Amino acid sequence: MHDPINTAIQIVVVLLLPPLLQGVIGKTKALFAGRMGPPFLQQYYDLFKLFQKDSVFSTTTTWIFRAGPVVALVTAFVAALFIPMGSPRSAVSFVGDPIVLAYVLGLSRFFTTSAALDTGSPFEGMGAAREVTFACLAEPALFLGLLVIANLTGSLQLDTMLGTVTDHWSTEGASLALVLTGWSIVLLAENCRIPFDDPNTHLELTMIHEVMVLDHSGPAFGMILYGASMKLLIFSALVVRLLIPLTGQGPWLDWPLFIAGALVVAVLVGVMESSMARLRLTHVPALLISACMLSAFGFVLLMR
Amino acid sequence: MFELFDVALILAVALNFVFLGVSRTRAVINAVALQGALIGTFILFVQPDVGLRGILLALVTIALKGRIIPTFLLHAMREADIQHEVEPVVGFIPSLLLGGVGTALAIAFSNTLPLTSEHAHLLLVPASFSTVWTGFLLLTTRRQAIMQVLGYLVLENGIYLFGLLLLEAMPFLVEMGVLLDVFTGVFVMGIIVHHINVEFDSISTAYLRNLKE
Amino acid sequence: MVYLLVLFPLAIAAVTFSLQSEQRRRWMVPLAGTGQLALVAWTITQSKPEELSGLGGWLLLDALGKVVLGFISVLFFVCALYTPGYLALRPDRPNRVFCTNLLASLAMMTLVTLSHHLGLMWVAMEATTLLSAPSIYFNHNARSLEATWKYLLIGSVGIALALFGSFFLAYSALKVGLETTLLFDQLIAAAPELSPPWLHAGFVLLFVGYGTKMGLAPMHTWKPDAYGEAPGMVGALLAGGVTSCAFLAILRIYQICRAGPEAEFAQNIMVLMGLFSMAVAAVFMVRQRDFKRMLAYSSIEHMGILVLGVGIGGAAIYGALLHLINNGLTKGVLFLSAGNIHRAYGSKVTDHVHGAIRRVPLSGALFLLGFLAITGSPPFAPFVSEFTIVSEAMNTHQFWTGGLFLTLMAIVFMGMGATVLSVVLGKPDEQAAHTTIRDSLATSGPILIVATLVVLLGIVVPAPLQQALREAAALLGG
Repeated sequence: MHDPINTAIQIVVVLLLPPLLQGVIGKTKALFAGRMGPPFLQQYYDLFKLFQKDSVFSTTTTWIFRAGPVVALVTAFVAALFIPMGSPRSAVSFVGDPIVLAYVLGLSRFFTTSAALDTGSPFEGMGAAREVTFACLAEPALFLGLLVIANLTGSLQLDTMLGTVTDHWSTEGASLALVLTGWSIVLLAENCRIPFDDPNTHLELTMIHEVMVLDHSGPAFGMILYGASMKLLIFSALVVRLLIPLTGQGPWLDWPLFIAGALVVAVLVGVMESSMARLRLTHVPALLISACMLSAFGFVLLMR
Repeated sequence: MFELFDVALILAVALNFVFLGVSRTRAVINAVALQGALIGTFILFVQPDVGLRGILLALVTIALKGRIIPTFLLHAMREADIQHEVEPVVGFIPSLLLGGVGTALAIAFSNTLPLTSEHAHLLLVPASFSTVWTGFLLLTTRRQAIMQVLGYLVLENGIYLFGLLLLEAMPFLVEMGVLLDVFTGVFVMGIIVHHINVEFDSISTAYLRNLKE
Repeated sequence: MVYLLVLFPLAIAAVTFSLQSEQRRRWMVPLAGTGQLALVAWTITQSKPEELSGLGGWLLLDALGKVVLGFISVLFFVCALYTPGYLALRPDRPNRVFCTNLLASLAMMTLVTLSHHLGLMWVAMEATTLLSAPSIYFNHNARSLEATWKYLLIGSVGIALALFGSFFLAYSALKVGLETTLLFDQLIAAAPELSPPWLHAGFVLLFVGYGTKMGLAPMHTWKPDAYGEAPGMVGALLAGGVTSCAFLAILRIYQICRAGPEAEFAQNIMVLMGLFSMAVAAVFMVRQRDFKRMLAYSSIEHMGILVLGVGIGGAAIYGALLHLINNGLTKGVLFLSAGNIHRAYGSKVTDHVHGAIRRVPLSGALFLLGFLAITGSPPFAPFVSEFTIVSEAMNTHQFWTGGLFLTLMAIVFMGMGATVLSVVLGKPDEQAAHTTIRDSLATSGPILIVATLVVLLGIVVPAPLQQALREAAALLGG
């Protein structure tokens, strides 16, 4: 039932595209700041460099600390296979897969935060606490949005849902616009972008995600970066597929279209980061709750 | 046509959440200005064959609610050297949630209202109720005098939305009178805000509690 | 003709604004008051019916409007006579804005009584709110600022709700496929067919909105502050003039409801709110130390009596309309004499103010007379109207309503009496700060005029006034 060509393409894209997205964001920000910026492929070099190194593990840590990065990378990869990208069927799909997606993402978060707590460092504990708090607020927004789409399309299978949802823009555009806004906010929050978190900051007190991974080094840190990039791809894919339908002309047109869409999302994130300041930490929950409410509001509209 | 209108209405309602969740007064003024300008354009959705009257009304509304009043309020803020953030009586997150619940209730409530068939599927009525409710929340939960003025403006925006259903019934003169009254109201309030600032060196209405039993 | 009634005070207001001399500006107010009174008297008695409407039916002076307009003109006339004397006591305060706003709000109050269109009436009502705000802030201190802010904000929100209600009313016509209109006559004609749920909701919103302007409990919170801090004459004008306009607005809405199927619903709400206002006022009047705030609560009580009268129906409507006049005039006596006492003592708290009858004999005596009148003692005018209302309640077997009414009146009498007597009688406290201001013709003469009216109306209601009141009450089913 799954055609092997698309599955193969999806695996390749999931493995290769994510660092490029980060590169595009970096380049966009640099252009806005009037700099040349790092090359598009910078993150590939970074990852390569990190995998060359040795890891240093603190003597106070246990196996959880070592498992954290591995689980983070593997879960990100698995989750990405569930997401429909440039083909009508995603690499892995069955009825009810949105729920599996929820648990896979949850597992990833569980291990990242546990690894952070395992170090016993107060900074990392603080970061873990923040990560979990914000995740609690961001997840409902994502899944309320999926609920809206499931309701519209009458399906509980991610690829069918996102494959047919674009047909409903003309009739239920209001609800979908709300979901889109909610998801865009979640995209920024889950990937620790401005206005939630500044990926470039070096102040532990203000960081959320970065502070959790301070103690990781070498290949372990590389896996975390790689996993984070895949997560960006996952959320970009959701937004892209919500907006742009597949042409149905086969993989040779749909995949380039999808990749272009994901790159545009990355550019938009870069623009967003260049034009906004980071929110004060105490105000972050307000924005996330707004995202939830937008998605919920979309659902209420649908039920009207 | 109606679909685009719905999206625009949703945007207006989404701005309500911005008023409730954002702490910087200046940002809220800008958001209120955006909402004012947005609902100014709605006349063109409700009555696609607007005459000169409708276009004039839209222009005046946009100019007044989107430009003149916000500029005046921003000017008042600069003059008064107002502190930019004041903790509200009810925090930002609880007021956001209250706003959300109010909006959901507004939608549920409008479904039970006996609307004429051409208005029944429109989002105009829930949007109007939700905006009125937001205005009330701002009026009651914010301590800053200027935020209360903004609450009044938002309340007025909500009523204006409902008024769009009655576009044919409302004479032009009355519409203009209403807009003029709102403008003068905000103007007088702005002057009082200025006086409050001079008198107390703050625009928090928490200082206004001498008069009580 | 009707245009002139609005344009004349506006023109004088414009002239007043352009005058440079504080001295002369002061005298423009009584000039306008006298002119307006003459104009109104001439219009009501001499005009042919076709001269009483304008703007294609938007303006129409009907029987109800005549009563309110006539009353407001008399009240404004008296307050205007008082103005120069009062302002002479306050040379420290510039009066340009104050005088101009007084005159402009007279024009807007007149417009309310004339307008026969819901939207136009709303615009005029909102304008009176905005125009009277600077007058409350006349003293330019922290307390008056607070009062102005509350007045402005609560008043504006209330009036915004009234606009919402007006829209609902218009929608009730749209819903049943009638041509939407906001003209009263057409709404009354169409009333039986209006969509009941919308009419229901519209009435509630309009009642709450204009009730806020009237100062009915529980929307009354601005009232004690505003009346307490405003100059006495502004208090008199607010308590007599602006609230009467708001009451007129509620009567207009009631007219529509009565013509439709909603009469009983509206009446029940009015009885309930009327009694509630009286109860709240009674509670706060007991042991009230600030005598100007006490007057505000008295105003809340009497606004309650007005809507209660309409709620009871029948002859009580005639009583309520008469009470509108009687209460307004008596409030004039009370607020103006309270203003004099306030000036003479430099305080309005009973801790400092004793023995007013010795220091300012005339104002003190008039204040006492006003108290006796407003609490319904014979032979003053309010007794007549209050008696009419309560006897109709008893005649129609609304014993609970009538009984509560009498009980609350008794509580108010006792509560108010304690404060008033402590102010008027006793020995002036020599330790407390005092001023050199004493009674003068300029500040006491006008009060004597209203006091005379209050006594005369208590003895006999002249036939033309009776006639006018009957015609007005007939419009409301009384």
